[in-house]
Amino acid sequence: MQVLKKLLFYLIALFAAVTLNFAIPRLLPSNPVDILLGKLAQQGPIPPQTRKSLQLLFGADPSVPLWRQYVDYLHSLVTGDFGVSVTYFPAPVVSVIGAAIPWTLALVGLTTVLSFTVGMAIGTIAGWRRGSWVDSLVPATTILHSLPYFWLALVLVYLLSIRVGAFPLSGGYDVRHTTPGPSWDFIASALHYGFLPALTIVISSIGAWLLGMRNMMVSTLSEDYIVTAEAKGLHPMRIMTTYAARNAALPSIAGFAISLGFVVAGSVVMEQVFSYPGIGNAFLLAVQNNDYALMQGLFLVITMAVLGANLVVDLLYQFIDPRTRART
Amino acid sequence: MPETLAVTSNTADGVNEQDAASGGRSTTTSGAWQRLLTAKFVTGTTMVLLIVMFGIVAPFFSQNPRKIDNVGLTPPGGGHLLGTTQIGQDVFAQLAYSTRGSLIVGVAVAALILALSALFGILGAYIGGTTDEGFSLLSNVMLVIPGLPLVIVIASYVQQKSVLLVILVLGLTGWAASARVLRAQTLSLRNRDYVLASRVAGERSWRVICVEILPNLLPVMSSGFVFGIVGAILAEAGLSFIGIGASGSLTWGTMLAGASDGQALLFGAWWWFAPPGLMIALLGTGLSLINFSIDEVINPKLRTYRVRAIRRGGPHRKGSVEPA
Repeated sequence: MQVLKKLLFYLIALFAAVTLNFAIPRLLPSNPVDILLGKLAQQGPIPPQTRKSLQLLFGADPSVPLWRQYVDYLHSLVTGDFGVSVTYFPAPVVSVIGAAIPWTLALVGLTTVLSFTVGMAIGTIAGWRRGSWVDSLVPATTILHSLPYFWLALVLVYLLSIRVGAFPLSGGYDVRHTTPGPSWDFIASALHYGFLPALTIVISSIGAWLLGMRNMMVSTLSEDYIVTAEAKGLHPMRIMTTYAARNAALPSIAGFAISLGFVVAGSVVMEQVFSYPGIGNAFLLAVQNNDYALMQGLFLVITMAVLGANLVVDLLYQFIDPRTRART
Repeated sequence: MPETLAVTSNTADGVNEQDAASGGRSTTTSGAWQRLLTAKFVTGTTMVLLIVMFGIVAPFFSQNPRKIDNVGLTPPGGGHLLGTTQIGQDVFAQLAYSTRGSLIVGVAVAALILALSALFGILGAYIGGTTDEGFSLLSNVMLVIPGLPLVIVIASYVQQKSVLLVILVLGLTGWAASARVLRAQTLSLRNRDYVLASRVAGERSWRVICVEILPNLLPVMSSGFVFGIVGAILAEAGLSFIGIGASGSLTWGTMLAGASDGQALLFGAWWWFAPPGLMIALLGTGLSLINFSIDEVINPKLRTYRVRAIRRGGPHRKGSVEPA
């Protein structure tokens, strides 16, 4: 029953996102179809079905009633027809998204895992040894948290790329000397190019994990079972890891799963700074070129990833933390 | 429901040691004010006030921020306190006007978020029944739909954007989390004895909400407001940076976007891209410090477990200060 209720909620949320996607271009005072057709016309002759498919997506045909437009729109989504990208003409939106996703998944996925692990480890120690030097890291994370991360990226580029010259300015790999594929050259190049974006993400996101874990540790340490464990004379190491950290980590684990969902959204602005060939960059190119089909497709993919991650967390959380089962 | 989203919220037990030392637990208002006046709070307030004063006063004394000159990319000094941009605009003047612009956006969005979250959170929880379920479903749906991509999609459909539109978009997409917090608080408040008593006494609903419930929500709302400002300023900066902010406005985000487009990095023009980012960071830090202080005053739990945690061990073996 609980599970069904949750599934129903996420269905509603997905439905809302799809409907927003349908409604936004129709509510706002611009005509995307004409802008798009104008752009497409510069690149070559337009087959008539392109206009038809664009009108389905953005609804410029006044002769079709709104509900009919909506049904057609849903139908084209279900059949996987997201339209044709202007930016990458004549590639269909689906294949553009498919090409961009691996970059974002690899970069943001790895760095999310990294900053989660390191942040949780430091947070555990900071909460355990309150008032020690580790704990004094906490105010510093407040400052890191309020930094706009694209600004941090700019500063890092300025210091490490331009001043020191250790890393390339932008891009995902060395376009001139390597070709994408499972070769060592390519992987090494991708790692080299990915270092600065990765560093930016880790620096700007580690603070949140650290602070959250530290605060949960502090409140967990005041629980009675910790006192009991101490009274039993257990080794402090064991109390810290098996008794305190294990319970304190629960909310962070939930947050981690959700942030994995946001991996697909990438760090949109970060990818702009580094011209990294991922989802965020495709999104921005779509915005700059009025590539509405690509933009809508990306928005749906991002939303579905976030909704999916939330659903998984919701379903798994009651197994991870049995206490929540009684509460709901 | 995505219960889990709220857990990483800011129940931050900041590091406040002098508070424990001062001892006395007075429950009066003046006691609360005294507890609020910690070093952290004073530092935070000073930082924020200085930035606000800068945004209000400096534009009157600075040069015209849009005046183009042929002294492009001069380092700080001489006639230009913070140097010039690529096309010879005075960076200090731009910073002054941008501070004003960003602060206006931040405060306006935070106010809008406050109003919307109060409407959906407090009213829904107070009325209960289908209204509550509807409002709560709406805010949960808004919460799980990713905000930034949605804002980008909306903003990109409008070619000429006013500041007002950016404020509206950020406000309309940002209220959900805060509405959930307010709803949870209101749900627990509406069944307290004094609220029930005033309802039995025949008070009208708006009076029960405004006089009995709202004052108890003020700390939560003020902390939400403070975070709303930071969030809105960061979001606006991000939007402007990727080129879909309000057209022709001057904010910290448009300054950074200008610096990035004008190759400030390649030319080593640190005086152009460093100040706006630092201003955002300083304001954010100041506001966070204020928020931590508010938290410690309103949340007695943080005080209790702080003392118990000290007793537990670690370098500060002070013994229990807290009366049981």
